[in-house]
Amino acid sequence: MATISIERTAKQLVLTIQDYSLFAWRAFMNLYTEPRYWSEFLIQSDIIGVGSTAIVLLAGFFTGGVLALQSAATLAQFGATAVTGQFVGITMIRELGPVLSGIMVAGRNASSMASELGSMVVTEQIDAMRALGVDPMRKLVTPRIFACISMLFFLTIVADAFGIIGGGAVTVFLNHQDGTQYFSKAWESLRYPDIIQGLVKPLFSGYIIASVGCFYGLRTTGGTQGVGRSTIQAVVNSSVLIILVDFLLTRVLLAFFPPL
Amino acid sequence: MTAFPASGQPQPTPTDAVQSGSDSTADRDSVVAFRNVSIAFDGPPVLEDITFTVAPGETRILLGPAGVGKSVLLKLCNGLLRPDKGSIRLFGEEIATMPEEKLFPLRKHIGMVFQEGALFDSLTVRDNVAYQLIQELVPDDEIDVRVLEALTFVGLEQTFSLYPSSLSGGMRRRVAIARALINHPDLLLYDSPTGGLDPVTSTTIIELTMKERDVHQTPSILVTHRLQDAFTLCSHRFDSAIGSMVPLPQGQTDLNTTFLMLNEGRLIFDGSLHDLVHSENPSVREFLE
Repeated sequence: MATISIERTAKQLVLTIQDYSLFAWRAFMNLYTEPRYWSEFLIQSDIIGVGSTAIVLLAGFFTGGVLALQSAATLAQFGATAVTGQFVGITMIRELGPVLSGIMVAGRNASSMASELGSMVVTEQIDAMRALGVDPMRKLVTPRIFACISMLFFLTIVADAFGIIGGGAVTVFLNHQDGTQYFSKAWESLRYPDIIQGLVKPLFSGYIIASVGCFYGLRTTGGTQGVGRSTIQAVVNSSVLIILVDFLLTRVLLAFFPPL
Repeated sequence: MTAFPASGQPQPTPTDAVQSGSDSTADRDSVVAFRNVSIAFDGPPVLEDITFTVAPGETRILLGPAGVGKSVLLKLCNGLLRPDKGSIRLFGEEIATMPEEKLFPLRKHIGMVFQEGALFDSLTVRDNVAYQLIQELVPDDEIDVRVLEALTFVGLEQTFSLYPSSLSGGMRRRVAIARALINHPDLLLYDSPTGGLDPVTSTTIIELTMKERDVHQTPSILVTHRLQDAFTLCSHRFDSAIGSMVPLPQGQTDLNTTFLMLNEGRLIFDGSLHDLVHSENPSVREFLE
């Protein structure tokens, strides 16, 4: 009995991965052929980009602050509190900025995409769209994917910047250290490979968030309960995928840009 | 039994046993032609060996108890679902194996009214009705004129700027009919347009489908499990002069309006109203009684 269950689960997993791969490939390739829905792209950019700015900004700010708080005590043991800026800056830009913004945006937007498209499926709006001669992949999925990729790129920059500012605020107001030293260290220690590493990751995360959100939304079955299930799957799977891909990308990027 | 309106189209052969055979010229001349179509979803077949045609100008009323596969059959007609077996010809083209991207242009010639209307929540009535025209980049002025024309046809011109959430169930169905009609389709598919509605609103919807049938002679398939609606469509005609439906003279029925009945995934009846009410098939009799 257990063997049959494992076999069924494994088959289902392989089938889901296959479906997702085909779905994601088709959504990506749609950009190269007509029709393209630029107005949808702009609407989604506004929803994803402008709508997520506040949470990304706050998450970045407080993460930077926590980093400064936690590191100050440890660095003080080695008499190295002067490098707090370098520590916070590099950690935010290379790792925490991209990952945190990805997870925050996944929580907000993968869920909203899955629930919105899922509701459209259960109320037959997707079928109605197809019946009216419009391809839902082109109209709904492709614009969301490219809006998410482009907006997450900028949101990551916002998270990085506010993370460094948050770290600076803690350094000056709570740790009572020199702010100029903090910011100059953060600036001086930055290298182009750090920035490239930090800005390549959101391109992948954006793709994951929107494609996973839309994939589970369009696969919704089972009425309103199914919409809830799709939303959970979208958030959980996109968050896990973001961290997994972040690990793989870090491994690859470190091979290209080895640390000094 | 006489026909109204007299269309001159060849009438379908009434039969309780649905015939099957090879592809024919008749299939290619039909608006829709199903031949030995079967479909299943992770279990026993939902539809099995379905064969029927819809001729130009013909209205086919698809009857059957709930959950028998009527909506599935309708979705097969415009390629929203793919059959596991069999052939489906739409306007003479085989669509059973046609790629989705080739189906989109074909679907623009079909109007479909979904069970609950399936209006887009985030769009106004104007944008819902004009959905297809907006995608085709028709100028706004022309869209407004055509939307008003379609909304006037269904008697809802006052809802132009409203959102679907502020409409009643019956009004939503009528807006869905306006959306289906705006591009003057060559085929109409109605999925239980009166399901869950009160008798007065149901009659309004049936009158609209009759108006489209008699004014534009658009071929259609209408799914329903309400016999009353089906019989009204057969025994009345739309009088354009007075703007409402009137009963046909005693004993007359619309010969271009014929019946299909599904039971347990199989087509158990294909014929006229007269043949339907005189059918000896026990499942048909049970449904009628």
